[in-house]
Amino acid sequence: MSNATSDITLSARNLSRRFGQREVVHSLSLNLARGEVLGLLGHNGAGKSTTLQMLTGALAPHSGQIDICGFDLARQPEQAKARIGFLPEIPPLYREMSVDDYLLFAARLRRLPRARLAGALAETKRRCGLQDAGRKIIGALSKGYQQRVGIAQAIIHQPEVIILDEPTAGLDPSQIRDIRALIRELGDAGSVILSTHLLGEVESVCDRVEIMHHGRLIYGDSSARMQQYGHQPGFIVTLLAPPEISELQAISGVLHAERLSATQFRVLHPADANPGAVLLALAAQRGWRAEQLVPLQSSLEDVFVKITGGGAQ
Amino acid sequence: MIFTIARKELRSLFAAPSTWLILGALQFILAWFFLVRMDAFLQVQAQLAHLASAPGATQAVAAPLFGAAALMLMLLVPVFTMRMIAEERRNRTLALLLTAPVSCAQIVLGKFVGLLLFLLPVVAGCLLMVSALGMGTQLDNGLLLANALGLLLLAASYGALGLYVSSLTAQPAVAAIAALAALSGLWLVETGAAGSDSAWRALAPTSHFESFNAGLFDSGDLVYFLVFCAAFLLLAVRRLNNNRMYG
Repeated sequence: MSNATSDITLSARNLSRRFGQREVVHSLSLNLARGEVLGLLGHNGAGKSTTLQMLTGALAPHSGQIDICGFDLARQPEQAKARIGFLPEIPPLYREMSVDDYLLFAARLRRLPRARLAGALAETKRRCGLQDAGRKIIGALSKGYQQRVGIAQAIIHQPEVIILDEPTAGLDPSQIRDIRALIRELGDAGSVILSTHLLGEVESVCDRVEIMHHGRLIYGDSSARMQQYGHQPGFIVTLLAPPEISELQAISGVLHAERLSATQFRVLHPADANPGAVLLALAAQRGWRAEQLVPLQSSLEDVFVKITGGGAQ
Repeated sequence: MIFTIARKELRSLFAAPSTWLILGALQFILAWFFLVRMDAFLQVQAQLAHLASAPGATQAVAAPLFGAAALMLMLLVPVFTMRMIAEERRNRTLALLLTAPVSCAQIVLGKFVGLLLFLLPVVAGCLLMVSALGMGTQLDNGLLLANALGLLLLAASYGALGLYVSSLTAQPAVAAIAALAALSGLWLVETGAAGSDSAWRALAPTSHFESFNAGLFDSGDLVYFLVFCAAFLLLAVRRLNNNRMYG
């Protein structure tokens, strides 16, 4: 493992999975590097959960291979699984146990040495904000706390690959913010895959995005670049004393100008030449009373819809 | 790893109030039965004294008590095994075990060992109760130990079958009813068999317990119980493995 691939923590090749005749995941390949947070994005039913279950060994793929830190998940399951922490869609919590007992059980199950148990428990509870909940019974905790316990069990053995299936589902906004901060922190030390259908989550925590649609990965890039996908540069300018549209069209660098309302115009331009400054200078000169100029920004929602080709068919 | 799972299983069993209630009721019924047998034995003791080879207290009181406990366990073991895998599946906690670095065999064995540790006090309770007779009379220790071992083996075989049935479904109640049906079916096979040496009789765990109950330690019966347990545990392991294959 000391070769060049040492910072690839998870690699999956050509994974396929059928349920009956229906192919849910189709020839999917994926790499995850250390220090990376990968967002797996897709509609409900796109195959995200199935993929994550295969990556953690809860479900066997019909074909394909998964390596976790150099260990084949099918051939050396114990070494590979000891390096994974998994939070399924529904947190696997024993409702009748106390938080401490449950986390210690999870740690022992992942073969954490006895001497490190107490330290790992205290550290994990601190990271997940569970310091005061140790002796409480899990079934009596609120949804937000249960979700935190779910995350705590996934990270208590300090795994190199952390896989979270919709970690912020059903939480309130402040809890979502806390958990996103935690995920970001986890991503800096190890590597994280999270599935979500919330685009804001991708924007705020993920380094990289893979979009899944009908069981295939159809798009993968950094989340910053995803926002630029298919994006036409341009701006919206407000002119209180508007000129004729042809005058705007005539400015050099303007590809297309269009009247949105009585005073608002949308101006598109090529990526390498921005006619904004020229337009404002001209506006001052001719008395168009320019009020504001706002760059066009495509929302992640637009991008997502564009990539997946409209709604879920 | 097996022990980690066994310990958790034991804790889960004792975390439920119903477990304590059932154990208490079981002990109460067995104690009642014990006293009734004692009473009957004391009434006929004077006549028994004239017989050449009269049954002693162990044979007249202890053996029937173990027989009663065997019947009670047939009804109660399914209640304890029903949740072991079915509830994990229903509450989606099975994912924790399946994604942990443990094999399906370790999961099943862990649960089975936990169940055995749980049933041990039930057998020990019977043994202790009968040992109290030792204060007033001479006990047949061989007969007592054969009974205790037989009861433990019988409980283990019930537990293995219950564990397998629990691995088939996601509904604990269904698991309990199905396990009870299977166990009483085996019991009916035994009581319904015509001859005492019928091959059908050999199928039922209860018929193999009978020789232990009579103080007979037959290695054939021991092998039967071990094979019975191993077969159902293997089936449960296979079922969990299939869980991975078929979701």
